[in-house]
Amino acid sequence: MGGGLAGIRAAIAAAETDPKLRVAMVSKVYPMRSHTVSAEGGCAAVLREPDSFDGHAFDTIKGSDYLADQDVVEVFVREAPLEVIQMEHWGCPWSREPDGRISVRPFGGMTTWRTCFAADKSGFHMLHTVFQTSLQFANIERLDEFFVTSLITEDGRCEGVIGFDMRSGEVRSLAARAVILATGGNGRIYAFTTNGAICTGDGMALAYRAGVPLKDMEFVQFHPTGMPSTGILITEAVRGEGGYLTNAEGERFLERYVPNKMELGPRDIISRAMVTEFEAGRGLKGEYGDYMNLDVRHLGSEVINRKLPFMRELMGEYMGIDIVTDPMPVRPVEHYMMGGIDTDASGRTPMPGLYAAGECANAGINGANRLGSNSLPECLVFGAAAGRAAVHDARGVKAPGSNPIAGLVKDETRRIEADFLGRSSGTERVGEIREDLQKMMDAQVGVFRTGDGLKTAVKELAELRDRFARLKLDDHSRTFNTELVTALELENMLDGAETIIESALARQESRGSHARRDFPDRNDEKYLAHTLAYHTRGAKPRLEYRPVRITQWQPQARSY
Amino acid sequence: MAAPSQELLRSNPLPADTIQLSVTRYDPAQDAAPRQQTYEIPYRDDMVVLDALNWIKTHMDGSVSYRWSCRMGICGSCGMNVNGTPRLGCSVFLRDYLPGPVLVEPLPNFPVIRDLVIDMTSFMEKLSSVKPWVISNGQEPALAAGEHRQTPAQVEQYRQFSMCINCMLCYAACPVIAIEPHFVGPAAIALARRYDLDSRDHAGQDRLRTVTGSDAIWDCSFIGECSAVCPKGVDPAKAIQQTKFESTLGMLLPWGGVSK
Ligand SMILES: Cc1cc2nc3c(=O)[nH]c(=O)nc-3n(C[C@H](O)[C@H](O)[C@H](O)COP(=O)(O)OP(=O)(O)OC[C@H]3O[C@@H](n4cnc5c(N)ncnc54)[C@H](O)[C@@H]3O)c2cc1C
Ligand code: SF4
Ligand code: FES
Repeated sequence: MGGGLAGIRAAIAAAETDPKLRVAMVSKVYPMRSHTVSAEGGCAAVLREPDSFDGHAFDTIKGSDYLADQDVVEVFVREAPLEVIQMEHWGCPWSREPDGRISVRPFGGMTTWRTCFAADKSGFHMLHTVFQTSLQFANIERLDEFFVTSLITEDGRCEGVIGFDMRSGEVRSLAARAVILATGGNGRIYAFTTNGAICTGDGMALAYRAGVPLKDMEFVQFHPTGMPSTGILITEAVRGEGGYLTNAEGERFLERYVPNKMELGPRDIISRAMVTEFEAGRGLKGEYGDYMNLDVRHLGSEVINRKLPFMRELMGEYMGIDIVTDPMPVRPVEHYMMGGIDTDASGRTPMPGLYAAGECANAGINGANRLGSNSLPECLVFGAAAGRAAVHDARGVKAPGSNPIAGLVKDETRRIEADFLGRSSGTERVGEIREDLQKMMDAQVGVFRTGDGLKTAVKELAELRDRFARLKLDDHSRTFNTELVTALELENMLDGAETIIESALARQESRGSHARRDFPDRNDEKYLAHTLAYHTRGAKPRLEYRPVRITQWQPQARSY
Repeated sequence: MAAPSQELLRSNPLPADTIQLSVTRYDPAQDAAPRQQTYEIPYRDDMVVLDALNWIKTHMDGSVSYRWSCRMGICGSCGMNVNGTPRLGCSVFLRDYLPGPVLVEPLPNFPVIRDLVIDMTSFMEKLSSVKPWVISNGQEPALAAGEHRQTPAQVEQYRQFSMCINCMLCYAACPVIAIEPHFVGPAAIALARRYDLDSRDHAGQDRLRTVTGSDAIWDCSFIGECSAVCPKGVDPAKAIQQTKFESTLGMLLPWGGVSK
């Protein structure tokens, strides 16, 4: 389920592992529209000396503020280079050195140059490469624009999915011996985000409601450099290539926060530094609030055109700014969900038959703060692992019977009819509830959090849920009903938001991206542990904690 | 694309308070034929057509149907005809159409599913038909042996043709497709070129034959409508021209081969 980088990589792995298997690749948008397409900066992997696996592992673990599971990180850094080379063999147009080897660039929180890139459209090229490669597999059947609404479970096993074909509106089931969720992030829960419209966390919500825990949901990454009006991402590669961040006084203010790393410090710290500067009155003032300048003028047009052409295009198009002659206005923006469906290093969730990979999953490598350029390789490594594990495990499983499933399809059809399409008594507009949810999350669950703010969020979320129960759709058509899709996505966003808020409220410390003003320090004694949020009927989620697995890197103070 | 500078925007005397959009509506279950519906919405200088549609959908009429996701001109979802020209809804500004109304229609040359949503099944089949993947010569190095060497100049050979976002604007603009819907079309030919020009690919004349197999490519008279509307500078017309040239060369030279 999912046609992004993780989903397609999983489908290819499954199809290759057993060419006789039927693999369905289900996606609510045509695969090349998946949000992987917007990734700009690049994909980290240890390709050559003097870089080392330990180096990549340590940077990732320190970046995670020691909340990563170190055994999983070790697997990840070893597999990542093989996946990057696999992408190369499949035709990915990686940027190259003069001698023909794949180029690498510096990236935030990485202590050496290890981020491979395809100019500043890395995700676009990677997605199109895997998608086009997948077309040669006769045993991969695509269901494009098919919206999944629930998982089929029987005796604690996942046996398929139910959803509807958007074009016909027909609800149908897909029985399966294994289901892999690769449904991406949920950044659209926030108003100011780099995420596309489809990033609503559907897979997370489906797994959660089926009883699978969501892990570390309080950790939401805010990227320091979003375009103030739209939230379009200005890639970290801009700083990797030597760009400066300056405040209203023209000062490179990071000097005061991450003196040794400056612009190449990790995202959580730089985002907090920017907000702190804004609060001290040192931000530039704009129509969309305070901002900072990101300046690449000193790099010159040749470097800009070769390495950052898309940034020049985007800034020109949307802000009327030529980055060769003017600095770019930027402010912190919601960007990435560290939390996700609880999995192990093979993508297995606690529910037999159910796997997850990519941004919707949490295998344990990102901890409290993901390092930039670690998630594209994460999609590849764990997408492939989940595909193989699913095939391996499915061998001994018999195909699900059709009897109970037919009943479930009827129930789901009835639910969609009764709660959405056929309802005429409601008063609330789906788009307006969604906007209010997004504004609330920006205001209360942002870069800095407080206990009071989070309690307000709990209260406001309950009100939003009440309003959701009074929903009324304008669109009653069965044909390509995007309002129905938006409503079902909103249901998933409300569940996602609840796990974020409750997990954040319970974690009374500051770690990585989770910064509590009322608990400014890290507390390893109590919270060197993953939060697991379990769905409960009609009440708030039940939270449990699971200790972090440490192999060779003992937690230290995290300074840069 | 040249964008107006901030100064220019600010000195613009207009800002109208509102602007009208005339949007094509069509639901096959209810409508015998497509019709236009007009909406008046609050106007801002930095609004793109997609923002306007989203405003309508959120606040006025939730039933307007269109595709979008990235709102940054890279996912290729939001192709639509704006005042008669195929554009990406997320990259075209209302300020360029003042004082309005702005006419928003589905991309031509495709069947319509609903409102602005067109049926792209045939486009997807055309893409697959050109075998858009690396065809190896069986001497692929093992993964552990590392990457193929490919110099920046070799990347440059195919780079332009790898920039296609599958937005289908070129199909909407193509005069050949309008008459001959089976024509494999500009983007698919550019994609075939993208792999044929890649130093890692060994398709020989295989892929070329799939593209030139139908007569339609010879009907293309290089008007270049496709390249004119392409938002990503892919220049599919150039790919078509090169393809015809290679194909003629292949007929003249028995050993054929694709020049890289
Ligand atoms: C602007 C931006 C820039 C980034 N840059 C980088 C970078 O430089 N380096 C890096 O490492 N990472 C980067 N990231 C992060 C990275 O791109 C993402 O984490 C990653 O691409 C997610 O891929 P995915 O396959 O998990 O999900 P996606 O690509 O989002 O795909 C999700 C898929 O699931 C399907 N789906 C979802 N819900 C349903 C449903 N209900 N029914 C059916 N199908 C469904 C969708 O159709 C889609 O195909 C960036 C992210 C953003 C937003
Ligand atoms: S060639 Fe250009 S216009 Fe045609 S589909 Fe590709 S990006 Fe769009
Ligand atoms: S919304 Fe993605 S290209 Fe317009």
